[in-house]
Amino acid sequence: MSDIVLKTENLTASYDEHIVVKNVNLSIIRNKITAIMGPSGCGKTTLIRCFNRMHELSPKAKVEGKVLLIENSNEIIDVYSVDPMLVRRKIGMVFQKPNPFPTMSIYENVIAGYILNGIKLKKSEADEIVEESLKKVSLWDEVKDRLRKKGTFLSGGQQQRLCIARALAMKPDIILLDEPTSALDPVATAKIEELIEQLKDTVTIVIVTHNVGQAGRISDYVAFMYLGELVEYGPTDVIFTRPSHEKTEEFLTGKIG
Amino acid sequence: MFYEKLNKLKEKIIEQGNLVESMIEKSIRGLINKDKALLLEVIQIDEPRTNEAEIEIDEMCINLIARFQPTAQDLRTIIMILKMNNDLERIADMAENISESALFLIERPMVKPLIDLPKMAEETMRMLKDSIDSFIKNDPKLAKSVCERDDVVDAYRDQILRELVTYMISDPTTIERALHLERISRNLERIADLATNIGEDVIYIVEGKVIKHGRYKEGEGA
Ligand SMILES: Nc1ncnc2c1ncn2[C@@H]1O[C@H](COP(=O)(O)OP(=O)(O)O)[C@@H](O)[C@H]1O
Ligand SMILES: [Mg+2]
Repeated sequence: MSDIVLKTENLTASYDEHIVVKNVNLSIIRNKITAIMGPSGCGKTTLIRCFNRMHELSPKAKVEGKVLLIENSNEIIDVYSVDPMLVRRKIGMVFQKPNPFPTMSIYENVIAGYILNGIKLKKSEADEIVEESLKKVSLWDEVKDRLRKKGTFLSGGQQQRLCIARALAMKPDIILLDEPTSALDPVATAKIEELIEQLKDTVTIVIVTHNVGQAGRISDYVAFMYLGELVEYGPTDVIFTRPSHEKTEEFLTGKIG
Repeated sequence: MFYEKLNKLKEKIIEQGNLVESMIEKSIRGLINKDKALLLEVIQIDEPRTNEAEIEIDEMCINLIARFQPTAQDLRTIIMILKMNNDLERIADMAENISESALFLIERPMVKPLIDLPKMAEETMRMLKDSIDSFIKNDPKLAKSVCERDDVVDAYRDQILRELVTYMISDPTTIERALHLERISRNLERIADLATNIGEDVIYIVEGKVIKHGRYKEGEGA
């Protein structure tokens, strides 16, 4: 069996009694890139926000079912029975619009997860985490001379890489990326895609995208969602060449979505 | 990402080309040296391997197209590899045919000394090798030279056939053996045709030009 890092069991999510994710059973494979694709509004964002307990932060939001984080064979975390802050440290998130904290410097942004969690770092430790994280996102050389400047001065693509560095700094098991390139130009998009490929040795990646091309280019596995349901899930090579569901076929060929 | 995968695909088709080339070489060497084990190796080990590799290469091509929607030269390269893959698999079948006839022949007295057939095989193998090299090196000149050499192999085939006919007429007991020799030369000639196909395809990916229907006939008798 493949090495599973996160597993959902009958996961259902709603806003004010309105169900938007229905009974999803999904196993995410460790150190692979999984793309969640589907038309706008089908529940992709809500699904991944359930993985790290962000969904419950929305008003009147409810989650049913289970999410298990499998750190290794003898350490399984039932995500909904532990401290949500712990979960969010282990499952990081990067959003559609780059959102470096505007009042923080580049340096502080990278270690923001520690600052906000009240975790004290020694200066040497912090320096090391900042350098290592920025190197992982190929931003170090571009910013090493202005680490004390505000992150908001960076270009959109650089800001997004900074946000990925911020997520990586917490040494998470999984990073969730919610349409991370939809606000970026093609060159910045290509850079992020390349970066995501490099990161998968260190961390499991789940990326939401409604862009079929992007899912094809970078993912190892694809989950296709439609109207809140997980319609089809499997290796990208298989889904892209011989999907078993008509809806998937229609989405891939641009007939819906 | 894409280019890494494309390079892997190129490596794989080159490997397949090398294997197929070695099958022709072995089948002729097996005939000349009466080496039954070598001929059986072509039929029982090499040919099934080429079948598996063909399927694998096919899938790699289709996956690349589905996932990356390549255009221009990248697309032409993948389509070319798909066709070449098909050609190579057929060449492997022909090498198997040659080995089968060789197995029949090595158990029996020779109809005549083998003179033209080894030369024809050598020329055919060179054509195949050059056609694959022209693909690897992106060399349309080499590819063109392959297309031009097709005539040489055709001439060998005619020459061998003429000679065999005289043997068959003068001594009907040679007919069955002569027909096997004829089958070998016919398969070599078909391999040369397919090598020519590959050459034409290389010219297409490099120059984007179709030369098939202008200068070269499409039809190929089995
Ligand atoms: N905060 C919210 N309150 C109420 N409904 C919401 C909220 N966020 C999303 N929805 C609804 O939930 C459904 C799924 O949305 P979402 O998960 O964002 O889809 P996707 O990411 O696939 O575009 C949509 O119908 C959307 O309108
Ligand atoms: Mg969304």
